[in-house]
Amino acid sequence: MTTTVSRREAFALGAGVVAVLALGGADKAFAKNDSDDLIKAFTGGKAPVKGKVKLDLPDIAENGNTVPLAFTVESPMTEASHVTDVLIVAEGNPRGGLATFHFSPRSGVAEAATRIRLAETQNVIAIAKMNDGTLFMDTRQVKVTIGGCGG
Amino acid sequence: MTTRRDLLQFSAAAAAAFAATGLGTGGLTRAFAQQRVGEADLLAFEPLGNVTLVHVTDIHAQLMPVYFREPTFNLGVGDAKGVPPHVTGKALLETYKIPPGSPLAYALADIDFEALAKSYGRVGGLDRVATVIESIRAARGDRVVLLDGGDTWQNSYTSLATKGQDMVDCMALLKPDAMTAHWEFTLGEERVKEIVEKLGFPFLCQNVRESEFQDEVFKPSTMIERGGVKIAVIGQALPYTPIANPRWMIPNWTFGIREKELQAEVDKVRAAGAGLVVLLSHNGFDVDRKLASRVTGIDVILTAHTHDALPAPVKVGKTLLIASGSHGKFVSRLDLDVRDGTVRDFRYRLIPVLSDVIKPNAAVAATIAKHRAPHEKMLGEVVGKTDTTLYRRGNFNGTLDDVICDALLAERDAEIALSPGFRWGPSLLPGQSITREDVYNATAMTYPAAYRMAMTGTRLKEILEDVADNIFNPDPYLQQGGDMVRVGGLSYTIDIGKPIGSRIGDLTLARTGASLAPDKDYTVAGWASVNEGTEGPAIWDVVFDHLKKKPTVAPTGASTVKILGA
Repeated sequence: MTTTVSRREAFALGAGVVAVLALGGADKAFAKNDSDDLIKAFTGGKAPVKGKVKLDLPDIAENGNTVPLAFTVESPMTEASHVTDVLIVAEGNPRGGLATFHFSPRSGVAEAATRIRLAETQNVIAIAKMNDGTLFMDTRQVKVTIGGCGG
Repeated sequence: MTTRRDLLQFSAAAAAAFAATGLGTGGLTRAFAQQRVGEADLLAFEPLGNVTLVHVTDIHAQLMPVYFREPTFNLGVGDAKGVPPHVTGKALLETYKIPPGSPLAYALADIDFEALAKSYGRVGGLDRVATVIESIRAARGDRVVLLDGGDTWQNSYTSLATKGQDMVDCMALLKPDAMTAHWEFTLGEERVKEIVEKLGFPFLCQNVRESEFQDEVFKPSTMIERGGVKIAVIGQALPYTPIANPRWMIPNWTFGIREKELQAEVDKVRAAGAGLVVLLSHNGFDVDRKLASRVTGIDVILTAHTHDALPAPVKVGKTLLIASGSHGKFVSRLDLDVRDGTVRDFRYRLIPVLSDVIKPNAAVAATIAKHRAPHEKMLGEVVGKTDTTLYRRGNFNGTLDDVICDALLAERDAEIALSPGFRWGPSLLPGQSITREDVYNATAMTYPAAYRMAMTGTRLKEILEDVADNIFNPDPYLQQGGDMVRVGGLSYTIDIGKPIGSRIGDLTLARTGASLAPDKDYTVAGWASVNEGTEGPAIWDVVFDHLKKKPTVAPTGASTVKILGA
């Protein structure tokens, strides 16, 4: 579900990240999607620690079809200590995978911004993998409302 | 002359006795109201300090005096449970030691509303509001800052017909120093920009940004110098405008609370020498209460949106929160002693605008008359009569919405009716004729189509759950203001303390007494859909058609909603 873009393209993204959006179409409407499996595959079954990665999402989405998402991971981004990958999943979409971002010390900072699509009110999870194999995570709930009665 | 003490001790009994003589013409009401209370009494204020903030908000385009009944229920959740403004009626009067039957009791509580309305008469009227402001300016000279909290340009017939121009022209005569907005945005991006360009004073919205690059669309703040103090006013539009109202009308603008950006703006204006920082907010009271505990450096928040009227400020840390009511019913005056960048002392009065007591300002009255003249005859046409009080405010239902739901059920041949939980719309007294204007005052807006569609039981529950969470989520930042969507032909139970998805139960179709089946389709009629391309006749025409067949209405206000966990 990930691809790699050239370094030039990566720099053009600003923060020097390698990004791809892998957003599922309408899949079978199971109550629970494949996000657990994606996380397991990414972490190798190791439990991530809360912290270091910070997700920035609105409390309430103005438009579920295009929700601004940004994250930053605390890291010196040196050869010795840097972020290698960040996985973003959505627990309540037809498919859980939203994106995987790849970093290297040359990225300078481990941060990125994009837009995601959310089908309903749900948790969005970001998990950052460090070069030493440690894992950090953040979770944010985003409310996607039917709306229309405020006044 | 009546002293303020006499005025406060004026008893409900006297009012009720007078009311017994009948509905009373305007003249009688005026004579009686003036006998009990004079303009000087309503405006009495011992000045303090070097700055006076004057706040009006949520006028909802009501240029003319109206009746306005305050809610019986205004449930708070989480930290807001049972504290102002979630205190109503008798409890409100006791909390603030307001004598029953006094002008302020009439204005703030629903107790004896009908009797007091007959004796004190109507409230508001922009020409009366102008007189109050004029008198404050006369007393305080260059110390006065006038701020409009928004919801000014829409929700009457003439404001709809002129796309807000009637309000813009009349408000210009009041010379506000700044405004912020919410319903203004339902005029659409182009019209808002067109008005703002010629407004003559700043339209402040720190939290409105261009969707793509997050550029500011409007000025975030303005600096005003008064009484030797540099006053920064920061504007905050309703954060949830694109959810609560049609996003397609403002496709290029994005909102949100934007706490971080607000803190940065406060820090910026402080650094620029502001001695007083005022947030002119349309967040809603509970959102502002939370915000005041998280954003530092704001001295005063002038709240709006939730239509709360409080006779004293609520203090959160060092921040004063002011709640100035709605529909032109009140003018807030806050005198401040500001020295060395600190508020040393303050004095506040929520001034009830009793239309029969306060003289109209001639220039404003003339401009109102000019805008109304082409429509006056039509607006005055009687289309029905009510035997009971028609009002909108209340968490779950209001008699005004009962009339609208009945009209939707009958005219759109539906099993279930949904009417939005708007908080705007004046009240009518028992025995009063219903004019076309009264119907427009409860319905006038730019997306009035009365739709008719099939919804499953599951979908109806989802909608009720969604709206309930927008009102009763314990986190104010997830609340959008407004009240619960009103229902016709349907009863249900709500446990407001539960989380989303488990608040609503026992959905029952009134017509048959049967529980709603999750997969069965029901015919639902409603109005004010935020979706583009919604089809159907305008809601006011639906109500007119219904009144033609059943001209006398008498909703009792009995709710079909069973409330738990309040």
